[in-house]
Amino acid sequence: MAFLITRRFFKHKLAGVAVAVLALLVLAAVFANLSPHDPLAQNPANSFQKANAVHWFGTDELGRDFFTRILYGGRVSLAVGLLSTFLSITLGIIVGSLSGYFGGWLDSALMRVTDAFLTFPTIFVLIILGAFLREQQLFILQNSIFVVIVIIAALSWMWPARLVRGLFLVLREKEFVTASRALGGSDVRIIVRHILPNCVGPILVSGTLQMASAIITESGLSYLGFGVQPPTPTWGSILSTAQDKIFRAPWLAFYPGLMIFITVMAINYIGDGLRDAFDPYVIHTET
Amino acid sequence: MGTYALRRVLQTIPILFIISILLFLMVRAAPGGPLTAARRNPNVSKEQIEAIEEKLGLNDPLPVQYGRWLGNMLQGEMGESIKFRRPVSEMIGERIPNTLILVGASFLVTLLFAIPIGILSARKPYSLFDYSMTTITFIGQAIPVYWLGLGLIVIFYVTLKNPFTGDPLFPVGGMNTRGMEGDLLDTLWHLVLPVSALSLGWIAWYSRFLRSSMLDVLHEDYVRTARAKGLSERLVYYKHALRNAILPLVTLIALDLPSLFAGALFVETIFSWPGMGRLFWDAAKGRDYPVLLGVVMLTAILIIVCNILADLAYGWLDPQVKYE
Repeated sequence: MAFLITRRFFKHKLAGVAVAVLALLVLAAVFANLSPHDPLAQNPANSFQKANAVHWFGTDELGRDFFTRILYGGRVSLAVGLLSTFLSITLGIIVGSLSGYFGGWLDSALMRVTDAFLTFPTIFVLIILGAFLREQQLFILQNSIFVVIVIIAALSWMWPARLVRGLFLVLREKEFVTASRALGGSDVRIIVRHILPNCVGPILVSGTLQMASAIITESGLSYLGFGVQPPTPTWGSILSTAQDKIFRAPWLAFYPGLMIFITVMAINYIGDGLRDAFDPYVIHTET
Repeated sequence: MGTYALRRVLQTIPILFIISILLFLMVRAAPGGPLTAARRNPNVSKEQIEAIEEKLGLNDPLPVQYGRWLGNMLQGEMGESIKFRRPVSEMIGERIPNTLILVGASFLVTLLFAIPIGILSARKPYSLFDYSMTTITFIGQAIPVYWLGLGLIVIFYVTLKNPFTGDPLFPVGGMNTRGMEGDLLDTLWHLVLPVSALSLGWIAWYSRFLRSSMLDVLHEDYVRTARAKGLSERLVYYKHALRNAILPLVTLIALDLPSLFAGALFVETIFSWPGMGRLFWDAAKGRDYPVLLGVVMLTAILIIVCNILADLAYGWLDPQVKYE
């Protein structure tokens, strides 16, 4: 099964390319410390250099190597995207499967809460929470990354929850569920062993959407100044400081945005490939 | 239909209730509060602070405080801005029209582009046009709106200049040139870049959606019937298929409204557009919590209202929908 899916996935050529691109980005972020430059070391005499052989993306207003800063920024942006997606999907699976499997009052209650969260304008709430936490001095360095991960997840679990609930509503009526119940299978066993494995495809696809939007949200939040706090570089906060120098050095705003764009593009194509790979009705034409 | 509308409205009450509780808890958790300044002031004694707390009802049980807060909210009393000492409702009221202009214009532009692109892609799927549009829409969906906004500023304000006067091609700050307030043409000129930044992603998303919706509909029996009775392709596409394909778009748009407002927040911040988003951002920097919570409350209500309207519109457009 896994082999079949993998083979179908890589038939989507752009998805294959996207996997390679994303792998490269992750590796670059993980091994950012191999760069000969220090992302925080200031050297004002060296500021605003254009791209050259030593500084591949040039230097910023404090003479810091921009390429290295982008690499380190990738660490934070990618980690936030990955971890908050993991959290929000987990929460979504729990809420969605309880809601869809048991139905009744539990379903009504959970879905009303889901609807309420869905009407919240996410980025506004994120900014308020960011402002709170910054004021309470909870928002320092490592802490701020963790907080951003949690609040992004807390405001995005509704989409996977709805998806999983919909899948459960259909799957719980299937014969294999009745069969398991007849054999004395407990609710937990039916949910975890029988129904959830059938939801893997759609959940993975929605996971890619979640991750793309989490990365855009984190960058946006840091761009506005309410996300991960400086001096820790993230793509969003680098873009934000570059904005102030837009007349002096417009190229500085180009790179961090480009990285966000490439990452999101790659994740979207992977999602596209997964959708095709898990959908038995898609016929692959050579294109 | 009337009873359905009523029921639909009643259904939102529990949702509003949950939202109001969450917001109230945020109000309570907000650092600062009305007494921060007094607490820091060494000349104000502890007893005096306690007296003020008693007067403001801060010692009442939480449910009582919640009831009072909700009562005020329902009467449009959102409190007073900490920074400007003005009623929050008044400050937001001034900004709403500007946000609606920006969002409305972007929305119009989005539909003007997305619908033709979607239809043409679906008419000749897998053609050169379809493939190039697919690529462009994938790109459009992945560009963060704040980066696009900055890019537009770099291109049309910093780099390109009007060859005759040497001025920037498009303005990037505010709604009007100084001294030309209320001039419609001037406002439209100021709208060009913000609207472009806000619309691109939406054009991409809706044209994709319409394309696949059209392709679904084209497999339906009534389309085959329409073709079988010899209708022109034009009629088949625009009369029979499009009408049905565009229906799901109504629901989608309502669901997407929160994101549209979020996009407006970024665009207003970047282009100094004096709307609710900009107000919100300024308030967030100044920790003006009453303003922040007022904007969130209002946006949430706006979103709920639009959702109800979309549901009703769906039923009105599609006679097959039955209201139980």
